[in-house]
Amino acid sequence: MQSPFEYMVKVENLVKRYGSNYALNDVSFEINEGEIVGLLGPNGAGKSTAMNILTGYLSATSGSAYIDGISMVEKPLEAKKLIGFLPEQPPVYPEMTVWEYLNFVYELKGCTLPRKEHIEEVMDVVKLGDVRDKLISHLSKGYKQRVGIAQAIMGDPKVVVFDEPTVGLDPKQILEVRNLLRTLGKRHTVILSTHILSEVQAVCERIIIINKGRIIADEKTEELTRAIEDTYRYEVRISGPQKDVLAALKKVNGVTGVERTDGRDADAQIYIVDTAKGIDIRKPLFYMCAEHGWPILGLSPFGTDLESIFVRLIDRSDIQMRPEGGNK
Amino acid sequence: MLAVYKKEMRSYFTTPIGYVFVAIFLLVGGAMFSYTTLYSMTSNMSAYFTYMMLMLIILLPILTMKSFTEEKKMRTEQLLLTSPVPITSIVLGKFLAAYTMFAGSFIFNSLYFLILYRYAEVKTGLLIGNILAMLLLGMSFIAIGLYISALTENQLAAAIGTIAVLLLLLGIGLINMLLPDKYWLRYVIDCISVFTRFQTFTNGYFDFASLIYYLSISGIFVYLTVRVYDKRRYS
Repeated sequence: MQSPFEYMVKVENLVKRYGSNYALNDVSFEINEGEIVGLLGPNGAGKSTAMNILTGYLSATSGSAYIDGISMVEKPLEAKKLIGFLPEQPPVYPEMTVWEYLNFVYELKGCTLPRKEHIEEVMDVVKLGDVRDKLISHLSKGYKQRVGIAQAIMGDPKVVVFDEPTVGLDPKQILEVRNLLRTLGKRHTVILSTHILSEVQAVCERIIIINKGRIIADEKTEELTRAIEDTYRYEVRISGPQKDVLAALKKVNGVTGVERTDGRDADAQIYIVDTAKGIDIRKPLFYMCAEHGWPILGLSPFGTDLESIFVRLIDRSDIQMRPEGGNK
Repeated sequence: MLAVYKKEMRSYFTTPIGYVFVAIFLLVGGAMFSYTTLYSMTSNMSAYFTYMMLMLIILLPILTMKSFTEEKKMRTEQLLLTSPVPITSIVLGKFLAAYTMFAGSFIFNSLYFLILYRYAEVKTGLLIGNILAMLLLGMSFIAIGLYISALTENQLAAAIGTIAVLLLLLGIGLINMLLPDKYWLRYVIDCISVFTRFQTFTNGYFDFASLIYYLSISGIFVYLTVRVYDKRRYS
């Protein structure tokens, strides 16, 4: 077993119980220095709970969390110095100006970096310069979020934790925040939570998927993406005589089943095609249709939304768990 | 602790609360002073300080009602509690800020007594004893107010709850007047009553036990406030 000191963040057998409900059930993971890790899960999966425990806001029913080898349970004040946290709702005081607020955070965190330079630098990173003397209550949601991010990186902590950093922002602000997170990843170890798959795919190097208080996947983003894209079902929109199309589809090499849906797109019918594992049917399908002169209006993997991915991953993790003797 | 203290002090004066508190305090305090001493042509201060105590029951909860309720509602407590600052320091910072507001206003108000020196003979020892007692009493009221504001998310509930508890503390002292002279309950109530403790000061005695009493009440409620936060982390 590796000692906790070798990881920037280490979480061991975390359990958080509310009465008989488990918000977190035996969650463990490690994060190396400089990684950008995404916690992905539906609402109520335990992401926020995990982050609140990691940052020392809540305490766990059992289990432990280490930041750079320092236990959050035994030495909370030291551990908290190493971590910056942006909760779901940015913890800002509306009656303060941005500058006053950041000064307050600087003092609260007992920062030792040169004061004016450091605050200027932080404002620079999150691009707050033009609103420094505005009251926070007058700022837009996007700016408030940036103030929240500024607060989290104040004092240059080794680890920064962001809980749903893009919720409630408009698409342009979302892109800005994502870019910002990627920039932060160069200096800090970043953990962020989200329920949007494309967000973690865009920002994170590694994805930890949580559902109902348990980790159901913990993989590099590319591997997980491959697993997700390694789909065996396609939705095809073909314009052509239905009976003939159906028969011809079944004859394509690798196709194990075809289903005609009621959906229509212009003059095309929508079909769901099941394929055998490891065979890519897309090219043969195209040539077959071209031969018959049936235009393909659409061809897309079927069931890549978060819900169906979860279902697939949960199935997979259940299968993995069973042989170990009824962990469930 | 200093960061929290400074933030609280600033927030008293960037929101109307600080101004409202100081204005009412000085207005009512001044009126009470004029009425109980100048207007009544006496240099006896006990009426003034008794009224002052009643006023504190209404006014001090205004100072403390926002202390923790707002942090909870705005979720800013997540910043405070994930900062490398012990909960005790956060509570003490808020406590001292509220106390500064009260003590500042009260001491300023007490300067009126200088007027009295012009017209009558003032017992300076008695005056200082009374002022000291009032400063101690305010301290315990503020500690109770802080504790109650940590229990709820609603400012109004915190203020009314605090006023109710303070009135209750006052009320049990008044019950004593109805009880027979040597009845055992009387001693118990005398011991815990904020009011009875205070009377020894207005009568001109400096009671060391009462000093300890007010300090203990403050200490206990500051401690309980810290415990409220500790416990919330675990539940």
